Amino acid sequence: MIVFLIYAAVFVSAFALVRFIVGRTATGFAARKTVTFGDESAVVPDRAASVVSVLVIFLLWGAFTGSRLLPGFLHAPGPFIGDATFSYTAEADGVGPDEATVTVRVFEVGQTVATPTVDPGEGWAKNDSDTVGAWRSGLIRVAKNDEATEGHRVTMVNGQPIAPGLTVETTYGRIGMSPKGTLNFEPAKGWQMEPIWLPAPEAVVARLTDIAREGYRGASLWEHLGFSLFRVVVGFFFGALVGIPLGYAMGLSNWFRGWFDPIVEFMRPVPPLALIPLVIIWAGIGELGKIILLFLAALWIMAIAARAGVSGVAIPKVHAAYSLGASRWQIMRHVIVPNSLPEIFTGARVAMGVCWGTVVAAELVAAEKGVGMMIMVASKFQQTDIVIMGIVLIGLIGFGIDILMRWAEKLLVPWKGRI
Amino acid sequence: MSGLGIENISMRFDLPNGRAVQALSDVSLHLSRGELLSVLGPSGCGKTTLLNIIAGFLAPTSGQITLNGHAVTGPDAERGMVFQQGALFEWMSVRENVSFGPRMAGRRARDWAGTVDHLLDVVGLKDFHDKAVYELSGGMQQRVALARCLANDPDVILMDEPLGALDALTREKMQGLVLRLWKETGKTIILITHSVEEALLLGERLLVMAPRPGRIHSEYRLPFADMGVNADLREVKKHPDFAARRDEILGMIWDMEEEIMGRPETASETAGTAGV
Repeated sequence: MIVFLIYAAVFVSAFALVRFIVGRTATGFAARKTVTFGDESAVVPDRAASVVSVLVIFLLWGAFTGSRLLPGFLHAPGPFIGDATFSYTAEADGVGPDEATVTVRVFEVGQTVATPTVDPGEGWAKNDSDTVGAWRSGLIRVAKNDEATEGHRVTMVNGQPIAPGLTVETTYGRIGMSPKGTLNFEPAKGWQMEPIWLPAPEAVVARLTDIAREGYRGASLWEHLGFSLFRVVVGFFFGALVGIPLGYAMGLSNWFRGWFDPIVEFMRPVPPLALIPLVIIWAGIGELGKIILLFLAALWIMAIAARAGVSGVAIPKVHAAYSLGASRWQIMRHVIVPNSLPEIFTGARVAMGVCWGTVVAAELVAAEKGVGMMIMVASKFQQTDIVIMGIVLIGLIGFGIDILMRWAEKLLVPWKGRI
Repeated sequence: MSGLGIENISMRFDLPNGRAVQALSDVSLHLSRGELLSVLGPSGCGKTTLLNIIAGFLAPTSGQITLNGHAVTGPDAERGMVFQQGALFEWMSVRENVSFGPRMAGRRARDWAGTVDHLLDVVGLKDFHDKAVYELSGGMQQRVALARCLANDPDVILMDEPLGALDALTREKMQGLVLRLWKETGKTIILITHSVEEALLLGERLLVMAPRPGRIHSEYRLPFADMGVNADLREVKKHPDFAARRDEILGMIWDMEEEIMGRPETASETAGTAGV
């Protein structure tokens, strides 16, 4: 919630700041328009906002993970690290109440620290020391070195009464009491996230270079990515290979249209993820199963795209071609296929996106290699840095695929949207 | 028997709701080689249906089309077609569009290259051979469509409102071009138009059709097309006969439109609906 409020505040203040520095962001013809609210063509993405947006994500990420890439003053308050002290008052049978001090060394998990040495002090209740990891909590057995042990009970912490269920807040953290009367110290957590929930950006990058060099689970990073991409490309290829001719046939023949319409219309809304169990039952968890799944994911999309491409041909073009003497085959080759390319490209972009999502999901379920398997296994060992690295890689590759498809589209279908 | 014969053509469309529309009723006409016929009529008079039947895209319910003695059964390169718009192939350059017919017929580039270049010069697209068609203006696109049709050397050219989508100035220029091409090539041309002026200017013969059912209302032989070949079209329009003809035909079409709008059946249908 706090993070969201900070985000909203940054959003608004960055807007004000950029406006203040840059002034009007619209340029060219759009800058002279007075009606922009409601005119979609006058709305262009503000690139400054995009840059700030990406920066803010990393900034917040770094600030709430105590990233070393950020100067310290930008960090959200971190967990307490160092020596915490509090006093307790104990009572025991046959002696008066006595007070002693506890020193707890709070350390970063992963480091080894020595228990601080303390002077036992006066009285029958002796001073204690212990260690607790940051973001953890620990039982502090204050009674173990005290001289009077019969009926030993702690009644107060820092002068405030304590009993099972009660807690005492100190500047170092919270002290509670277990049902058996043992003190429980929970160091202050601060605002930052623990690395096992959210590692710092540099930890993710470090893990990336690490895995790029040494691999993960018996395969290199490139193998994991390569296997995922290979499945997508092969599945999509066969899906297009069957789907496009099927779509053409459906667009050109009544019989094909009637025969396949119910099948295609039924299969289209079935999410490919729902087919994973069936595909695993039929084809196992090997490559074949995955490729069948991706084939099915791409097939219907490509068939529908090709069908739409054929139906979308302006009838004067077909008539013109016929009256120029073209044969059916020539009309197919020179009119229908090129005319359907824009639709097919749109379909291919959608299909590639769906395939990429489906392959990751299928690998999450079961796989020996693949980027989905990588993050699934990592999550089981709480290796959050690998999970985040995997998600970022999946996003980047998906984005890269889309950029490639758009580039190919621009190259092959330059007339799209210009007719 | 040379020329284009339109013999007792009738066309009835059966609608899915059981009713039928009589689009054409017993239309007969003969065009000799090299004649330019313009066809006028209110919307729904079946002129485009007639053109599609001649082109071979539709089979008439009865009657037949003959060209130079043989019956027309489907589309063929002997009957070229120029559409109002949207019939060019955007994935081809101007030159590829114009050479489409010869290329589909399997003729080699050296056989058609000269004709195609010449035609592109004639329609005024000398410097646009390699341009993409979507980069051209509407008027230029229609020039490409004309050249493409001529490059295939058809016996008959069917034009379905070829200038309908152009602005007034471009349209005037294109009318001159159509007349010139007609004289130079000696093609038989059927031109459908909504503009009475255009029909008068270009049509050596003029057919006025009447709707419901589509039929020939009246036919004229006009001198203006011949006058226009050697004179400025604007001068032709100033000719007293031209104005008289225009008013006569406009009045005729107006009457037909009014007849449609105020038909007693329509009135009674409305009344019936209101009663329900």
